Amino acid sequence: MEFETIIGLEIHAELSTKSKMFCGCSTEFGGEPNTRTCPVCLGHPGTLPVANRKAIEYTILLGLALNCEIARRSLFHRKNYFYPDMPKNYQISQYDIPLSKNGFLEIDMGDYKRKVGITRVHLEEDTGKSIHVGESGRIHGAGRSLEDFNRAGIPLVEIVTEPDLRTPEEARNFMIELRAMLEYLGISDCKMEEGSLRCDANISIAVDGVQGTKVEIKNMNSFRALQRALSFEEKRQKEIIIGGGKIPQETRHWDEAAGVTHTLRMKEEAFDYRYFPEPDLVPLEPDPQIVEELQKSLPETPGQRLDRFIRKYGLPKDTARVLVYDKKLGDFYEEAVAKGGNPVAIAKWLAGDFVGLLNEFSIKVENSPIGPHGISELILLVERGVISGRMAKDVLKEAFQSGESPAQIVSRKGLSQIADSEEIALIVERVVDDNPQAVRDFLEGKEQALKFLMGQVMKLSRGKANPTMASEKLRELLEKRQ
Amino acid sequence: MDLIEKDALTLGRLIARREVSASEVVEAYLNRIEKVESMLHAFINLSGDLARRLAAEIDEKISRGENAGEFAGVPIAIKDVLSTKNFPTTCASRMLENFVPVYDATAVEKVLSAGCVMLGKTNMDEFAMGSSTENSYFGVTRNPWDTDRVPGGSSGGSAAAVAAREVPWALGSDTGGSIRQPAALCGIVGMKPTYGLVSRYGLVAFASSLDQVGPMTLNVSDCAALLGLIAGHDPLDSTSIPDEPEDYLSELNGEIRGLKAAVVKELSGEGIDPDVLRCFNEALDTLDACGVSIEEVSLSSFEYALSAYYIIAPAEASSNLARFDGVRYGFRTDHECDDVWEMYDRTRSEGFGGEVKRRIMLGTYALSAGYYEAYYAQAQKIRTLIINDYRKAWEKFDVLLSPTSPTTAFRIGEKIDDPLTMYLSDVCTIPVNLAGIPAISVPCGLSEGLPVGLQIMGPPLKELRILNVAYALEQSLNLNMRPPI
Amino acid sequence: MVISMEDVEHVAKLARLYLTKEEKKMFKRQLSDVLEHARIISGIDTSDVEPTSHAIPLANVAREDEVRPSLPVEEAVRNAPWSEGGAFMVPKII
Ligand SMILES: [Mg+2]
Ligand SMILES: [Zn+2]
Repeated sequence: MEFETIIGLEIHAELSTKSKMFCGCSTEFGGEPNTRTCPVCLGHPGTLPVANRKAIEYTILLGLALNCEIARRSLFHRKNYFYPDMPKNYQISQYDIPLSKNGFLEIDMGDYKRKVGITRVHLEEDTGKSIHVGESGRIHGAGRSLEDFNRAGIPLVEIVTEPDLRTPEEARNFMIELRAMLEYLGISDCKMEEGSLRCDANISIAVDGVQGTKVEIKNMNSFRALQRALSFEEKRQKEIIIGGGKIPQETRHWDEAAGVTHTLRMKEEAFDYRYFPEPDLVPLEPDPQIVEELQKSLPETPGQRLDRFIRKYGLPKDTARVLVYDKKLGDFYEEAVAKGGNPVAIAKWLAGDFVGLLNEFSIKVENSPIGPHGISELILLVERGVISGRMAKDVLKEAFQSGESPAQIVSRKGLSQIADSEEIALIVERVVDDNPQAVRDFLEGKEQALKFLMGQVMKLSRGKANPTMASEKLRELLEKRQ
Repeated sequence: MDLIEKDALTLGRLIARREVSASEVVEAYLNRIEKVESMLHAFINLSGDLARRLAAEIDEKISRGENAGEFAGVPIAIKDVLSTKNFPTTCASRMLENFVPVYDATAVEKVLSAGCVMLGKTNMDEFAMGSSTENSYFGVTRNPWDTDRVPGGSSGGSAAAVAAREVPWALGSDTGGSIRQPAALCGIVGMKPTYGLVSRYGLVAFASSLDQVGPMTLNVSDCAALLGLIAGHDPLDSTSIPDEPEDYLSELNGEIRGLKAAVVKELSGEGIDPDVLRCFNEALDTLDACGVSIEEVSLSSFEYALSAYYIIAPAEASSNLARFDGVRYGFRTDHECDDVWEMYDRTRSEGFGGEVKRRIMLGTYALSAGYYEAYYAQAQKIRTLIINDYRKAWEKFDVLLSPTSPTTAFRIGEKIDDPLTMYLSDVCTIPVNLAGIPAISVPCGLSEGLPVGLQIMGPPLKELRILNVAYALEQSLNLNMRPPI
Repeated sequence: MVISMEDVEHVAKLARLYLTKEEKKMFKRQLSDVLEHARIISGIDTSDVEPTSHAIPLANVAREDEVRPSLPVEEAVRNAPWSEGGAFMVPKII
């Protein structure tokens, strides 16, 4: 039997408009329950929706960035089903005529690329939130639920992919690519932890080219969870097939703590959304001229920036990826380069120590105590030989803790290297005098001894001796002794 | 001076000229309501105290020489399907028995800001579903011409209240004839404007693509005046037409000589009561005498209008009424429920009346998987055919004519157990809603002591034209319709 | 009969209506009547006819992305049958 894993994704991202999709309530996250609601988003009798122009524009922008066709005429539909977090018991969404469709997004898997079809990108409204309370506090044991409609009506884009993904890693990379795209377009906050980016997946196993049964997986709250859930599910399905079993078509829930998926038993088995055109809203007919302007206004995509970083700055791909897939880090990098310093060195420092420190101190790039200017300063100090790379590491950490600039730290701590040739000569002479055995070893041809002597030089200078000058001086002196 | 016999325009003028105070006018109507309301039950909730307070404020404003609005002090009744801030809005349903909205409907806001004084919210078929006002949780409204008969529906309360002079004018809503049919059955003027001319914001939706708010008045000039008050673009309603409305009142002159009219064959033959037809034909003679040429036109798609309507309207209603679930507002079952699903099922079963449930069932079925194409999609296409038939007719004719209702007011209880027969009473008014065009019903005589209405239909946004035809007919007929009550 | 008892029960479930046996029987009969009447439309050839969802041709109606004041939370929950701490309370969902 030959297995092939077939994965498709359905992603929802909240658009970062100021006001909700169909009313003027604020989209700000959090707040006391129902403090960001009005008659419209509470579904009061007689209220009507009016679409947010910005949300429509953002959706078209995303469609263009994902190489989609933009509809000449698009309709809102009502998706009818009862759920307590839905104020009207229907969701205003799009159905057979979405704003955009038939696009693709290419993802980079290191040694190969995968072109993933985008079935559609459409616009809809978010639901409210149910907070389950009572008894055990978990969903299943909850005695009652509290409904908060602050989130209800926030504009959502729904992105549906073709089943073009073949591995859980590809699915994860797709999400990384898509998140970066949303970030680059500046149309979504993409905070999975706040629920502003959500992803469901469907996965099936084709056996010898014959299509398998699709299983839908929900509740994956991070990219890691997505990959883990799909890996689990892939394995589970293959085992059932190998064991001669059949895979039922169902929706499964990812249990992050237990690391397993299980059947989502909904009491409501009746699903028939009864879509019909939303009579309260008129059709959208995007002006071709505006679409063209939006197309022209498209910013550089993450993929394009990656290419540019590699080409223009000569960065290794891995380093470039770290910088590009966090837009703010990429921006930070370019600002630092503009201030001066070797671009490759800056990139290595940012992708390495800097990111490490951000993680260590749980700080976001934009709140970093050391700015692009500081990083440039640090790299220039190394380049000019004022401090060594080893010292730079400490200076960077110090900058994170104290908030001082690298130059300030270097001067306050008197950290600058000994680059005075006479001073270095004195230290080197003393090391040579104090270590006759090592000198003899070197003269007998043991290169190892040179390293030992250099170590002694650094030790004596408390790490401050300029290594290049010291090593030159040492060789010079040793050659004289010969 | 018998104030309750005046029309709204006259009352407005009298108050503005300080010949009478707003308080005197309001008091006269509240007295009238006191006298006849127990026989009619046209209102669900009265706002007498509020009205008195408001009238006093208006009088004070006027005495200070301030502008109190174009129709300051003129009483009005509002169909209880329009949202009124801080005043109960029930839609004649148990579901909203204790519901007090937090906002005013745009149409309500407009009449209030013109200085009109609301006397109360009028009775109706529950959620505007019905043609007799018998489907009200709060009991039936009776026809002032014969209290054993229905006033029509669903705006039966507004029609009865105006006909009985409980109020000089009222707002209604019309989804398939709900303004025009009760206006006809109660002997008053009622108009359904072009879809989108009057904002639907705050009109509790029955069938969103068909609903319109409109005036119900004693005569055509009041109708023009009230339409002028409520028409116009509203940014809160995406389906609201952005064009500036016509000036209905100042251009109301009855000049119709040379207009071409046609009687719609499908709406004026089979199924229409012969005596209604007799009245209708006499009115045609009058129009003819006014210089209007009258032909007959056959619009074959109209045969299917009723069927299309009874798919589209319930389908939209089934979705519109999903929000009544006992969570955010309105009725919730007292039954101890295991989970939210049981709470939904019981709340909705106990909160909605039979007709509403019937239409929700019908609409849900028509939209459900496997039936959508055969019913809903097909009905939407029939709608296109009806629009096309009208379009073709407008190439040849300025207005189209028909009786408003196939019968005069029927007896209470007569059709209530037979939904299909009841639905057939909307046969003449429904094509208008499906096409979104304006139409007015104007009294054209009596049949065995009961009013008969004539319907004038016009192309989109040609309200002024149909008002002028109605006005000319009204002036020529000079019926002076006054119920015995 | 155009519709079956199963249809009635399925539709009642979608529409979230609890129906008694008598109601189910009544609706089965009445809905069948209406649908039977509606069947006349199914015979018409509409293959080249576009459906109309909006009678008046308008398009691209939208508002600017501007924040407007929300309701005070007391107003938001004032009509609620059951609320707590500004949230609407419902019996358990699953
Ligand atoms: Mg969705
Ligand atoms: Zn809102």
